[in-house]
Amino acid sequence: MKKDIYVLGIETSCDETAAAVVKNGREIMSNIVASQMESHKRFGGVVPEVASRHHVEQITLVIEQAMNDANITFAELDAIAVTQGPGLVGALLIGVNAAKALAFAHQLPLVSVHHIAGHIYANRLVTEMKFPLLALVVSGGHTELVYMKEHGIFEVIGETRDDAAGEAYDKVARALSLPYPGGPHIDRLAHEGEATIDLPRAWLEEGSYDFSFSGLKSAVINALHNAKQRGETIEAKDMAASFQASVIDVLVTKTVKAAQAYNVRQVLLAGGVAANRGLRMELERKMAVLEGVELVIPPLSLCTDNAAMIAAAGTILFEQGKYATMALNANPGLALE
Amino acid sequence: MKVLAIDTSNVVMGIALVDDGTVKGEVITNIKKDHSTRAMPAIQALMADCRIAPKDLNLIVVAKGPGSYTGVRIGVTIAKTLAWTLNVPIVGVSSLEVLAANGRYFRGLLSPLFDARRGQIYTGLYRYDEGQLECVESDRIVLASEWAQHVRKMEEPVLFLGEDLRLHEAVFAETLPFFAHFSPASLQLPRPSELAFLGIQKKPEVVHSFVPNYIRLAEAEAKWLEMQKEQNRYGN
Ligand SMILES: [Zn+2]
Repeated sequence: MKKDIYVLGIETSCDETAAAVVKNGREIMSNIVASQMESHKRFGGVVPEVASRHHVEQITLVIEQAMNDANITFAELDAIAVTQGPGLVGALLIGVNAAKALAFAHQLPLVSVHHIAGHIYANRLVTEMKFPLLALVVSGGHTELVYMKEHGIFEVIGETRDDAAGEAYDKVARALSLPYPGGPHIDRLAHEGEATIDLPRAWLEEGSYDFSFSGLKSAVINALHNAKQRGETIEAKDMAASFQASVIDVLVTKTVKAAQAYNVRQVLLAGGVAANRGLRMELERKMAVLEGVELVIPPLSLCTDNAAMIAAAGTILFEQGKYATMALNANPGLALE
Repeated sequence: MKVLAIDTSNVVMGIALVDDGTVKGEVITNIKKDHSTRAMPAIQALMADCRIAPKDLNLIVVAKGPGSYTGVRIGVTIAKTLAWTLNVPIVGVSSLEVLAANGRYFRGLLSPLFDARRGQIYTGLYRYDEGQLECVESDRIVLASEWAQHVRKMEEPVLFLGEDLRLHEAVFAETLPFFAHFSPASLQLPRPSELAFLGIQKKPEVVHSFVPNYIRLAEAEAKWLEMQKEQNRYGN
């Protein structure tokens, strides 16, 4: 019988200090997230220096709680996994150096995980991955279509050429005077309003799986501005619904097309924007026409940044023997490969 | 008692192992390369050379600032993680105090300093009293020119220490013509073994809440507080 594998994951790429223990890459033993959102709210966005300071305050507490909740000792762990990038460099450095210290103290293998690989592997905590598969990654910093033909191999087949979808959400939310972070507010309003405003959809060239959201964002701002000039008011809920309809239309249509073209067995949704109800519903509706393709949508707690996903992705690296050394550094612009 | 001392708070990286009062080994570099890739390998190599395993350690001492925000966080993160996971005490020592320790045989005041940009320095005043290093004026950030005026009023010899002296030496030489002394190159880098010995004498801190001494608030936070004050003043 194969021995069980226990991996401690650590994630500090943005404004969440997180640690988790995962068994065999699939079973969550513990999953602790200390969010700094309340602290950053007053600045209207994440301030890197403030984020780094909070990470130092939280790091050992969060790891201790993850170890306690999992009821496990370091002697029973097989590896330490940590997010190497992308993200805020000062924030990443806290996780990377804590992980190295732990690996050194207990002579454990260290593996470095790409943050987006982590988001994709959050799905493995829900159900086993079936290859080939396609992952739609949507978050504050990312909008990507990633093709995987086997574990640990990532091929980015489409990505945003300007703003990430989450970024566009935040900017539109600001234009509508909604509080930070704007994504969830737009999602909520969109369900109350109607998509009555005609907004563009950026399809780009025929056959491209890339995205672009900056034109859409400008169109929203212009429409609001023009209405104001004419002394008319556009209901925030209708603008939210129209904006969301445009984003989702492009995301879902391109995902379904790519799923067909690449003949995948599974489509995974990943990243913070995967929490968006509108996106979930539309993806479910459009995917229904593809026969034999399974759609996996992780629960909300696994869509946003967490360390269980890092431990899950790290388990594969551990099994493949791809260890990092004590010279491991944070890499804010790390590419997915 | 086996002590590991870590200093990554400024450009100089220092790692030391002290065992029962004996300095087993020190690593000191003064190069502009990032601490994140070099600190753990240096700790690993030094401990392997000295045949001391992580679980043999009894105390972790770390330079807790002031200095580079990112630099000091790297050392503090490594130190607090090691201390927590090995279940040994952690002690933090002022990065300036460590540098001041290089002035052990100087009769007078010690002013260790690190450049803090825009004409400012991190500094404080220390002196040796019967072999004990004592803090006379606490660590602060101050304009070098203001500090020179301030120290002049003491009318005592002062030894200025630190690599960053070359940026500010002129203002001290000019303002304190008779009292200013400057450390030679061999005494300009903080010694991690001094850090270890200073730490041994201090009280351990609570590991989870242990953080660097940044001296300054994050810029965004300072601005935000200023705005709050402003709003209170006008009663909204
Ligand atoms: Zn993320």
